Amino acid sequence: MADKPESAAPAIDAAGITAAPPHHSEWRRIARVYFSRKLYLIGFILVVLIFVVAIFAPLLTPYNPIKTDLTSIVREPSAAHWLGTDQLGRDILCRIIYGTRTSLLIGFSAVFSSAAIGMLMGLTAAHFGGWVFALIMRITDALMALPGIILVLLIAGLVGGGIGVVIFALGFGGIAGMCRMMCGLALSVKQNDYVMAGRSIGMSNWRIMLTQIFPNAFPPLMVGITMGIGGVVLGEAGLSFLGIGVEAPTPSWGGMVFDGQPYLLDNPLLSLAPGVAIMILVFGFNMVGDGIRDAVDPRLRGVL
Amino acid sequence: MTTYIIRRCIIGLIILLLVTILVFLLIRLLPGDPLMVYLGNYNPTGNSAIITPEQYQELLHQYGLDRNYFVQYWDWLTDIFRGELGKSIGVGQPIAGLIADAMPRTAYIGVITFLIGTAGGITVGIICAIRRGSWLDNTLTTLSNIGMTIPTFWLGILLIYLFSVQLGWLPTHGWVAPWENFGESTKRLIMPILAVGIGSIAGMARLVRSCMLEVMRTDYVRTAWAKGLRERVILVRHQIKNAMIPVVTALGGALAGILGGSVFIETVFAIPGMGRLMTTAIFDYDYQVVQAGVLLFGGIIIFSNLIVDIAWGWLDPRIRLA
Repeated sequence: MADKPESAAPAIDAAGITAAPPHHSEWRRIARVYFSRKLYLIGFILVVLIFVVAIFAPLLTPYNPIKTDLTSIVREPSAAHWLGTDQLGRDILCRIIYGTRTSLLIGFSAVFSSAAIGMLMGLTAAHFGGWVFALIMRITDALMALPGIILVLLIAGLVGGGIGVVIFALGFGGIAGMCRMMCGLALSVKQNDYVMAGRSIGMSNWRIMLTQIFPNAFPPLMVGITMGIGGVVLGEAGLSFLGIGVEAPTPSWGGMVFDGQPYLLDNPLLSLAPGVAIMILVFGFNMVGDGIRDAVDPRLRGVL
Repeated sequence: MTTYIIRRCIIGLIILLLVTILVFLLIRLLPGDPLMVYLGNYNPTGNSAIITPEQYQELLHQYGLDRNYFVQYWDWLTDIFRGELGKSIGVGQPIAGLIADAMPRTAYIGVITFLIGTAGGITVGIICAIRRGSWLDNTLTTLSNIGMTIPTFWLGILLIYLFSVQLGWLPTHGWVAPWENFGESTKRLIMPILAVGIGSIAGMARLVRSCMLEVMRTDYVRTAWAKGLRERVILVRHQIKNAMIPVVTALGGALAGILGGSVFIETVFAIPGMGRLMTTAIFDYDYQVVQAGVLLFGGIIIFSNLIVDIAWGWLDPRIRLA
């Protein structure tokens, strides 16, 4: 891999879609490198499957994830209920399937909001330097001095549960990491001549930041965003497990693990199966992140 | 060197100060009432309430919550310096005592987990890097990738299911101090330590492996081979020593992960440590305990990062002169 994609990256809009035909080759190369590793391919397939499950949830299961059935409480796996039923007689597999929606919704919303705020902070710090840089970096230092889950727990716990609060808490918790990453990348992109060129033709600070620095720092950022989704899903599961995450009837994997604890003797799957779902999702997104990183720039190994 | 240490210490103090402001503001600005414990009995109209508006005002005054934020913050800060952490609203005991009870438990488990995680992760990472591409590397790397995705609380429950429910080898939960009954204590701590340790080993192994591979490609390692040095010397003096630079920097993060993990394992295994204390305090809106606990965790992490920084400045002149 002799070429350096970071400096040769074409103009890409914020959605990561190629803008003009001549730039196709770079994205083709990334795709080629990505799909040449079996593990990354598996990750990609897992993520696609997870999306399919989330979108077509009602078609995949005949049951309702919320409706309780007190005539069949905590049953062992059977032909009707492949993984058995929970303490309120709901089908576990059905709740896991619908739980995919909860996890993805929270994962994407939290990561995108923390990415938007964190990146803006990182860009500002790197571009203006001086006391702006010092101030923003010290704030991220302070945020990162707390164990992630403690910060998230603090916010979610004080405000109270619910999907919105969970997204807010996890999004807030992710800002510092995104800011650090963006700042590091922006500092190195800033060295390029085209940034200087932009300045010399009289571009404004904001225009340089958004049209010159940001697009060129974007490919490595995709790695952080993808990995972030896995982290947020784990965080959501943790919050729901502790009882301040997603509220009761809505299926959440972490909450299901908690609910199943007293029934380990009767049907261990009640607690254990949702955990496997969490792992599959996080594994899928982590592998996709690893794959993108290797394809975009192998030197980022160990950094991201 | 002295200037470097002083500079790092000052930065550490500034960060700690920012943490206190952050925690203070989060608690004050987020919706919710610091007198939540009493609020269950509070009725603003004053009718049929157990706490009347007058009593409510009196409580506000008693805890100093009716003063403006600057005064409250200043009082809190000066109290901390006098070693005065205040009283828990929920439990009604001095916070210093609560922490003195809980912290040694979390620290004991945390230190063991940290040592196992670091030593295990470094060993696995080095083995993988040396035997790159072999079945051993593939197996261990895949296991590390999976290990990083396991939720701590789920692993705890899985271990309980296997070792307590099915095999009946270990007690399901509880805490016995190792200085009182070491055997019984160890029996109860194997599962909590494994539950956090496995994720810790996995993360560390992945990092060490990629750092080792990075170093193996460098010119000085190739030169060492060309000089005809023995493999052991190249491995220990050239590769491992240099690969450890980013690894040591990551130790602070690893410690943060373990402290965060304590929240889950102390819930799953009913261990009355800091994690449990914090969770309960957050649920009960026992804001003074929350403030003190978060500050303690932040202080520990900032302090360990400071040690790492100073150690590196001492070992590597490039860092202290930068």
